[in-house]
Amino acid sequence: MDAAQILLVVMWVGLTLYALLAGADFGGGVWDLVAGRSRAGMPQRRLIEHSIGPVWEANHVWLIFVIVVLWTGFPPVFAAVMSTLYIPLTLAALGIIARGAAFVFRKASTELWQQRLFGAAFALSSVLTPFFLGTVAGAVASGRVPPGLAAGDLVRSWLNPTSLLGGVLAVGVCAYLAAVYLCDDAVRADLPALAEGFRRRAVATGLGVGAVVLGGIAVVRWDAPRLFGGLTGRALPLVVAGAVLGLLSLALLWRRRYLAVRVTAAAAVAAVMWGWPLAQYPVMLPPALTVGEAAATPAVLGATLAVLAVGALLVVPSMAWLFLLQRRSPYDPGAHG
Amino acid sequence: MGIGGGVDAVVTALVWTAGPASAADMAAARLQMALSLGWHIILACMGVGMPVLLLSAEWRAIRTGDGDSMRLARRWAKATGVLFAVGAVSGTILSFEMGLLWPGLMGIYGEVIGLPFALEGIAFFVEAIFIGVYLYGWDRLPPVAHLLSGVPVLVAGVASAFFVVTANAWMNQPVGFVMENGRVTEVSPWRAMFNPATPPQTLHMIVAAFMVAGSVTAAVYAVAMLRGRRDRYHRLGFLIPFTMTAVFAPVQVLLGDYAAKFLADYQPAKLAAAEGLFLTRSGAPLSLGGFAVDGELRYAIEIPNGLSLLVGYSPRTVVEGLDRVPVADRPPVTAVHLAFDTMVGIGFFLLLLSVWYATAWWRRRDLPRSRWFLRLAAVSGVAAVVAVEAGWVVTEVGRQPWTVYGKLRTFDAVNPVPGLWAGAVVVTLVYVVLTVATVYVMRRLARAPQKSAAPQEPE
Repeated sequence: MDAAQILLVVMWVGLTLYALLAGADFGGGVWDLVAGRSRAGMPQRRLIEHSIGPVWEANHVWLIFVIVVLWTGFPPVFAAVMSTLYIPLTLAALGIIARGAAFVFRKASTELWQQRLFGAAFALSSVLTPFFLGTVAGAVASGRVPPGLAAGDLVRSWLNPTSLLGGVLAVGVCAYLAAVYLCDDAVRADLPALAEGFRRRAVATGLGVGAVVLGGIAVVRWDAPRLFGGLTGRALPLVVAGAVLGLLSLALLWRRRYLAVRVTAAAAVAAVMWGWPLAQYPVMLPPALTVGEAAATPAVLGATLAVLAVGALLVVPSMAWLFLLQRRSPYDPGAHG
Repeated sequence: MGIGGGVDAVVTALVWTAGPASAADMAAARLQMALSLGWHIILACMGVGMPVLLLSAEWRAIRTGDGDSMRLARRWAKATGVLFAVGAVSGTILSFEMGLLWPGLMGIYGEVIGLPFALEGIAFFVEAIFIGVYLYGWDRLPPVAHLLSGVPVLVAGVASAFFVVTANAWMNQPVGFVMENGRVTEVSPWRAMFNPATPPQTLHMIVAAFMVAGSVTAAVYAVAMLRGRRDRYHRLGFLIPFTMTAVFAPVQVLLGDYAAKFLADYQPAKLAAAEGLFLTRSGAPLSLGGFAVDGELRYAIEIPNGLSLLVGYSPRTVVEGLDRVPVADRPPVTAVHLAFDTMVGIGFFLLLLSVWYATAWWRRRDLPRSRWFLRLAAVSGVAAVVAVEAGWVVTEVGRQPWTVYGKLRTFDAVNPVPGLWAGAVVVTLVYVVLTVATVYVMRRLARAPQKSAAPQEPE
């Protein structure tokens, strides 16, 4: 592997972690949205807040990591994606502001109307942000973002069948991961009734996401034949692994093996996420811009990899400690946050 | 077709009426960047400076068992938690906007300035992780371990500021690459990061961040004391942050002088605009205030030989004026000059206030008795923020019409899509709401009754 390939893998690891960690935080917002009226939904909202409170900021940094690695390692790809997909990315950015700000504002406010207002902003933006990010993925995967500044169609690049599929799938996956993680969190917080509720939702969302994927196969075949070819060719083992892990997760949910399903559900999502780049490699922007052509100069790739390696030594143990603290922290149903 | 047709109609109404990328779109992009950057800078300053205050108060509480210090630490921790979260998201928007608004910059030079941002990403990770540990670990970690968990937040915050400002410094002094056929080659990312503008800019900004956090926090308690709450808790709440401002104020004046001398050598056009100097001359005066009209500065108060003395310690020093710069390459003079005067004026105001404070403390171990001291200290919170914003106007507007000094014009950096103004309007509205909500929540936090006492004392 050359430096550009390694950096691409590192970037994709970052994107996977963003999806698995921050994705679940967004999913928490989705369940917050449908938790019901203020009083009835209170226990669920408390649990969601307890689960994502200490970690969401650290999880969010993975997105910045991916953006920075993309512009450092593959600047023409960054410029093309950001300029053509100006509209959905601006909307996603606004969703990120609304989500993060509203979440802390809700925690800092004491009156019900404020909590409702900030809570609604938090929950709504938790749905919209992954949706728009999903449309961006669909736009790139279906080859609608050509190299160059704003060279693609400003609107149809992200309003098309594959992008909409990407958006719906992103929201579905976030909600699914959150429900799975929350089952385990609820059991640990000694709230078996809530765990049952999230288990039902995890099963339902899992089936829903599965159905969207099955339908999506037809959409991709018709709308993005090149991607379809890759997914059913070189990336087929990963696609199959994703499907098997998805079914296994449903079985584990059925048997209430919450810790195990945390792992298999995350692995299922990761398998599908790695299928995409494998399907189109070495092309970064279909039809023709390859990794080698887009990559920065060797000195930049080397320096970036070195810095990230040292950074990992700092970040990985600290993050493990943070997650440990969060898992060990006792759940206090009366506490606010 | 189904989706496309309906959407096209809406988008035509919304976007295409604006026509292709125009001067208005570029103005909109600059306005949007200025707004989101100017907004984030305030939060970033608080993020760099607040950990010092927090750790000072907590350290004092642990060492002496002082309940007031612990209550202050807890309150500041709450405020820092909110400010950090808002700063994290407003900072994320900036990394989006680098590409959304300036793809012409990033597509070519992204790799040259990528390294400091990668480093900043690591620092941001450390900051976010340890702020999580610090805020949520208060009753779950032993006191000293908890105090220590705040140290990485401080170090990473200062490091973040350093890394980000090196990238801006590079835009002023672009080195470390060769341009060939529209793509950069022979990139030396470390040389780009440690460019000539890095030392003056990073030092000036980091010290400014400490002063903003100190002044803003002190101002809150100055107002409370003016309203009669002169108990020990409020006095301490004023003393700790204002001491930080007072320590850094004289340092900052020296660093400002260093930064200006740097401009005289490396970016004379920016210094000429900041000082409103049109003619290259010896015995250049120092002009305060005034407006640029038809190639000269009018209505300014002039101190004879002042500028030559400041730049070269001699009235005979020749200072380059805007006449050495082609008209098309000149920054807007009035805005840069007035922003510069505002920044310097506030810098000296904070210095004088600090001297007053230090004198009173040295003589009587107490605050100055005059109510005017507290009134001015209350003003200093807003003033410090204004000074930082003015400083960024000098550095950013003073670099125009270049995005990368001498290499890339702002007009070539901007995203060529039509309708940027529509995005700027939406983003502005979001920031208005965000500002109102942040101010409201912070005021509620400041007023909320203090419930959590120090762990070692009974509630």
